[in-house]
Parts: sequence; structure tokens; C-alpha cells
Amino acid sequence: MTTLLQQIANGLVLGATIGLIALGYTMVYGIIQLINFAHGEVFMVGAFGGLAVYRWVLPESVRGDWYISLPAMLVGGVVVAVVIAVLMERFAYRPLRNAPRLAPLITALGVSVALQEAIRLWFPNADAAQPFPRVFIDAQVRLGDVSIPASGLLLIVVSVILAVLLQTYISRSRMGRAMRATSQDRDTARLMGVNPDRVIVLTFVLGATLAGIAGVLYGSFITNVDNSIGFQNGIFAFTAAVLGGIGSLRGAVIGAFIIGLIKSLGGQYMPGGTQYDYVWIFVVLILVLVFRPQGLFGEAERVRA
Amino acid sequence: MSAAQHRAADTVLEASGVTMIFGGLTALNDVSIRLEEGRIVGLIGPNGAGKTTLFNCLTGLYTPTRGSVRLRGKSLPSDPAKVTSAGIARTFQNIRLFPNMTVLENVLVGRHIRMKQGPIASVFHGPVFRKGEAAARAKSRELLEFVGLRGVETEVARNLPYGDQRRLEIARALATEPEVLLLDEPTAGMNPQETEAARQLIFRIRDTGVSVVVIEHDTKFIFSLCDTVSVLVQGEVLVEGSPETVRDDPRVIEAYLGKPREEVEADVAEAAAQQQREDS
Repeated sequence: MTTLLQQIANGLVLGATIGLIALGYTMVYGIIQLINFAHGEVFMVGAFGGLAVYRWVLPESVRGDWYISLPAMLVGGVVVAVVIAVLMERFAYRPLRNAPRLAPLITALGVSVALQEAIRLWFPNADAAQPFPRVFIDAQVRLGDVSIPASGLLLIVVSVILAVLLQTYISRSRMGRAMRATSQDRDTARLMGVNPDRVIVLTFVLGATLAGIAGVLYGSFITNVDNSIGFQNGIFAFTAAVLGGIGSLRGAVIGAFIIGLIKSLGGQYMPGGTQYDYVWIFVVLILVLVFRPQGLFGEAERVRA
Repeated sequence: MSAAQHRAADTVLEASGVTMIFGGLTALNDVSIRLEEGRIVGLIGPNGAGKTTLFNCLTGLYTPTRGSVRLRGKSLPSDPAKVTSAGIARTFQNIRLFPNMTVLENVLVGRHIRMKQGPIASVFHGPVFRKGEAAARAKSRELLEFVGLRGVETEVARNLPYGDQRRLEIARALATEPEVLLLDEPTAGMNPQETEAARQLIFRIRDTGVSVVVIEHDTKFIFSLCDTVSVLVQGEVLVEGSPETVRDDPRVIEAYLGKPREEVEADVAEAAAQQQREDS
């Protein structure tokens, strides 16, 4: 029983991480129907951005105070992630806005590889895994028999709060409505005075903000990072977004928690152990896509006049 | 002419010499129309005459190959979003609401350019944000009331009956606070009662100071609504003038209906008489 609860806790931490990434996937898809395969890399550079702040910006004297170092690293991670995402949109995707859908998709894969290699080449020593400081309170939180590292609990809490804030922003603000209008009919939105370029940039900025925060919190939870963390978690996040119904925010978050739980529970209880945990994730994905191709919360076939 | 009518003679929107060529097709050829403040101008013409193309030129969706469109004497910006800010709003021949948003939200999107909201406030909903949002909602409800949509604001737009969707489109367009409203076939598919309601609605819109251009196939509707009517045939303005002039113009009747029967009979009789004279 303890093992089960412990694995559920682990699954929720993983789900929280990929949920924050999956929101970026699903938002960008909702607006420009692009699977931005480089979004996992935005998460990765966010983690390295946070690490850079810790190493080169924070003076030694405050590194131990999490309430100073963590916010500083989060800001660093978010800034780096947002800058990369905005550049990516401006120079890689915008010129291809009216190209066949395959072109930006391939470009996204290219951007993904380029970012991984850029970190490997230019971030000092990043050709091997880098230790990431456990900035947040280094303690285990005990809930009954289950213990979760405080940094894991922080990930879950922050992830849920951010998802809720994003949901309110999109459903109840001027730009949020503009985003939804653009995703439903870009030309008509334009004729109502909405500037689609601005909406698209905003979408990338929001996605990158969440990914940057996730990168830093994930780094401090896992305590070492390398340039492939974006790829692994990006694939999980993409799968979560598809599972939940791509384009749906709620779907992305719920899909992410489902995938986190499948990975931790599958690794524990299914034959083959953790070596096969990926298999169960994709088995579930395939089953969902066979019986409900639009995903759990996706719209069935968008109809357009 | 009364003083009021004199004042109304300011030109709001003027298209001059608009030519629109797509590849080898000339969709519009040297089209000029003028809209005076507080007036209703009708655009009629057979299918494919270029009416909707002209609307697209008037809203910045197309940039004319030649010619210019001026709003209050200023050239139209080439970006449709900026044209809307400048004061032109439109509806569509095939209704183009945001189908999965609620009725109220559709109108609120129309308020987009008339609202200000900071990015931080939009996430955390401070007092200023709430006030602005409440004002936009109040204004949107007022417009829904104005076009005659009551008690449906939380309904998803695609579930509305057809006639209500058309009215919602008008409310959304009005939410942008336009000087000029372009209506593309506002009564298509409506029954006579709904058409009459639409006519009254357009008069009420005009009375609020908005100038209106209407595309319509229903000539009876157009002639009873508009101050002036332009007839577009094969991309050119065939006739323009008051409804009476246009209605009685034989070229219009011919273009629209083919020749009327009496005229054809007269033509036949005349040809026969001519034949007889030549024979004798």
C-alpha cells in the first residue's frame, strides 16, 4: 500500500512537470495548428537559464537562501525560455505561416536539434550532465507513510496554480478571448481588430513562461540536467497533449497527470519494470487514439464554414 | 433640402477607380462608390458581379490592384485589423461567428480594440481590470439588446437559430464602434417577418449615426431601405442613383431580370413593323 501511494506521489510530480510543458504544446497547436516539437527544448533551455543564474549571477552568500535564489533562477529560466521561443516564432515559424503544414513541422524538428546542440557546445561543460542545485528546501515532506521531496511538492502546487491562472486568463481576459477567436477563425478575428501576429507571439510567450518555470523546478527536483531532458519530457508532454485532446488546456493537464501515473505505476507493477514504462505510455496513447481519435477532451472534428 | 440633410452630406467612405485583378480575372473594374454620413447605400447585382470583392477591398482584406479607398479622406490602412480600428466593420455573406464562443463572448471580441487591459492585471484580475471588463460586458449586453437578442448570452454561438446568428454578427460588428457598417446579405435565408425586422434594425443603426452599405439580392428590400443604390454588373458599376432611378432604369431590369416581357413584346412588334415597312 505504501509503495502504491509512493508511486502515485512520484507520478504526480512527473505529471506536474510534463503538464506545464504540455500546456505550451496544446496552446500553440490551438492557434496555428503546429506541433512545435522544439517546445521541449524551450523547457530545457529554461532549466539551463536557471542554472546559469545560479552559477554566474547569484553571489555565494545568497545561494543558500531559497527565497532569494529560487525566484532569481525562475526569472532567469523564464527570460531565457521566452527569448528563445520568441526568436523561434519570429525567424523559424512566421516565414512559413502560409507554407504547407509539413514545412513548419520539419523546421520544428530542426530547431529542436539546433537548440540541443547549441547548449552542448556553448554551455560550459554541458556535453555531460550538470549538477543542478537543490535550491528549494532540501527536505522530505511526509504525508502518512508517503514522503515526497519538498521540491516535488512545490512542482505539483506551482503547476496546478499556473494551470488555473492560465485558464482564467484565456477564458476571461481581452487577449485570452482574442486567442480563442484567432484559433477559431483567424481572418474574422483580424476583421474584428485582433492582430494575429501579436496573439501568436503571446501564445509562444505564455507557453515558454510555463516551460521555463517547469525547467527550473524540474532541475532542482531531479538535481542534474543535460541537454536531452527537453527531448524526453517533450515527448511525454506531446503525448499528454494528444491524449487529452490537442488544443484543450484541461486535456493537456489531465493527460499529463495520467501519463505521469502510468509511467510510475507501470514501472512498478507491470512486467519489465521501469525499462518498459515508456511502452505502457504509448500503449495507452494508441488505445485512446483508436477509440477516441480527438483525445479525451478534444473537439470532434472542427467544422468550418 | 433641410439643414440636417446638408450636414449629412459629408463623405465618410469613398472608393474611387477601384480595380481588382486576380490573375487573369478582373473582378472589379474602375468601381467608384461614395457613402455620405448617415446614409444607407445599397449594392445590388447578379452573382459574381464583384459585390463581396468590393467589400473585401473596403475592409483591407484585399489591396486593390488600382484605385483608392478613403475613409474620411484618409487612405485605408492595408491591415484589416487597423481598418477596423479606423472605423469600418462588417458582417459576412456566409455567417462567420466564432462558433465555439458564447454569444456574449463573440460581442466582447468586437470590443477588443476598444478595451485596454494590462498583461499582469489580466492574470490577477485587479480592480481596474474588473471595472474595464464589467464596462465591456455592459456595453456588449446593450448591443445584444439593441439587435433584439435577449436571454441567450451564455448560449454557444453555433447553437443559435440562423436569423439570430445574423443579428449576433451585426452586434459584434457594432461593438467595434464603427463609423461605417458593411452588411453582406443581411437577410439571406430570412422569412418576410425577419426581413422586415432586419430593415427596421438597419434604420435604427443608421439613426445612431452609423453609415451603412448593404449588399442584397432582394431588390424590394434594397429599394425600400437605401438612400442610393449602385448596381454592379460584371465588376463594373452599371447604374447608380436613387432607388426610383435605378428601379426604372431599363439596363438594370435587363441585367437583373433579363428584358421585361412587355419590352420584349414591343421589340418583337417593332421588328415586325420594320419588316413590314421594308417588305412594302
